[in-house]
Amino acid sequence: MKNYLLHNPSKKNQYLISIATVSVVAAIGLGLHGFLEYRIVAFMLLVTVSLLAMFLDILPVLTAAILSALLWDVLFIPPRFTFTISNTEDRLLLLMYFIIALINATLTYKIRQMQKEIRAKEEKANAVKFYNTLFNSLSHELRTPITTIIGATDNLQTGSERLTDQDKSALLDEISIASLRLNDQVENLLNMSRLESGYLKVKKDWCDINDLVYRTLQHLEPLLEKNRTAVYIPERFPLFKLDFGLMEQVLYNLISNAAIHTPPDSTVTIVADCPEEKLVITIADNGQGFPENEIALVFDKFYRLQGTKTGGTGLGLSIARGFVEAHNGTIRLENMPVCGAMFTIEIPTETSYLTGLKNE
Amino acid sequence: MSSASVLVIDDEVQIRKLLTITLQSNEYRVQEASTAKEGLMLVASHPPDLILLDLGLPDENGHEVLRHLREWYSNPIIILSVQRDESDIVKALDNGASDYLVKPFRTGELLARIRSALRKNNSDENNPVAELGDITIDFAARSVKKNGSAIKLTATEYTLLALFAKNEGKVLTHQYLLNQVWGPSYRNESQYLRVFIAQLRKKIETDANRPAHIITESGVGYRFNGK
Repeated sequence: MKNYLLHNPSKKNQYLISIATVSVVAAIGLGLHGFLEYRIVAFMLLVTVSLLAMFLDILPVLTAAILSALLWDVLFIPPRFTFTISNTEDRLLLLMYFIIALINATLTYKIRQMQKEIRAKEEKANAVKFYNTLFNSLSHELRTPITTIIGATDNLQTGSERLTDQDKSALLDEISIASLRLNDQVENLLNMSRLESGYLKVKKDWCDINDLVYRTLQHLEPLLEKNRTAVYIPERFPLFKLDFGLMEQVLYNLISNAAIHTPPDSTVTIVADCPEEKLVITIADNGQGFPENEIALVFDKFYRLQGTKTGGTGLGLSIARGFVEAHNGTIRLENMPVCGAMFTIEIPTETSYLTGLKNE
Repeated sequence: MSSASVLVIDDEVQIRKLLTITLQSNEYRVQEASTAKEGLMLVASHPPDLILLDLGLPDENGHEVLRHLREWYSNPIIILSVQRDESDIVKALDNGASDYLVKPFRTGELLARIRSALRKNNSDENNPVAELGDITIDFAARSVKKNGSAIKLTATEYTLLALFAKNEGKVLTHQYLLNQVWGPSYRNESQYLRVFIAQLRKKIETDANRPAHIITESGVGYRFNGK
């Protein structure tokens, strides 16, 4: 019903709806003629026209107003089944009925137009705010490494005789770190646009979860140096049909998020399980967890926790969610009872236990 | 033997410059082309030992260039791609590319790929024993040793390992491996490959979860590292 109200029915249907509704109410009035005074029927019709005015366009509502006035006149005002009206009171009543119906229809229509305008303005304001935050965050995240690269190369090109070998190698290190950071940001933006464009294709193939998890950890080795990791995958775990590349990105984003936002020596624990044709992977840490009031927001595009240090675009977690949802799966975040946070991925998928291959 | 010659076909002057400096300082002779047309002409006039081909050329689709080249050019071709699009990479490998690199890549990685592509080209197919780091394979006896002690492999595991050993350092696609080890009717039965890779890793790797030899190439295949 809600959808039906939001998406205006077509012009033709609107006329059909208004004529049908008025006719049905008039028919009910006719049926109840023995019990109801004919002036009550006028109110029933008036209410009907007002209700129609709430969700139809102005012309179909005016049609309803005119039709209901005519029907009331012909079917109910004595002498019945003629256009003639015998007494002055009823003539006055019909005129007033007509005016009220018209005013009602027009006013309701105007109010709805105003609401529409206000909503459009609000949407525009929100969009402007959203893009301002986006541009601020993006220009900061992209320009910081670029500034580092330009500055360091300038230094190396023009001041090489004043720089010690140690300075030079420090500057080269900075260039290297900045380029990798820039590459990560671009990767995130590309992934986001893959998701947004609808171009993302999920190419499912049998995946070995051990390979998936350990391969991701291998890619993350430099970042995980300060952390401990623990992996629990059951013996004889089945194969699952997934897009290896996309799932690798999901785990990469979640594990690197945990590694970046937890103190040194924290443990990141990755657990896989498969209850009832479903792959469940949890990634938990023993850091300080997320502020409860921000948990619902962390998967939003460009959302970053209040007061977090720079180095991210606020895209990692929303990309993770997008890729999991592309597998028809779900992802959720919760704080653990004592300390730390846990991400849970659940993906319904085909599984395969290949047995009896040992001797081939 | 004189140093190997490499032809770089890439429309970005910066990439060509970077590759030329890197390759020349590692004693390769380098030719450059900025379009497919120019590249094809150079291959015809001065056939290089190896081609680095960018997939995104302005005048012709990289896959087309690859197809044209493969009609008569048999030396290694390494694809440079700006996107980690696995199906695109697999397509290029199926169409005769020897290997691939996704931009941005590390110089070390580039040189390693070139070395193994050229080595494959020069390799002595009849060498009866292969020494691959801590693994020794005796093809005549069909026996495998790790750190000097014998490892028992099933027939399929051995076929898989021998295939890897003969293509050391080179990426092998899932389809290629399935086709070679199990036959054409198993081309889509990738679960067999997953299971046997896991089994083989348990036998030949020091830590099967952190493989040093059989490296997974996400969505593409596996690469055997013989160090």
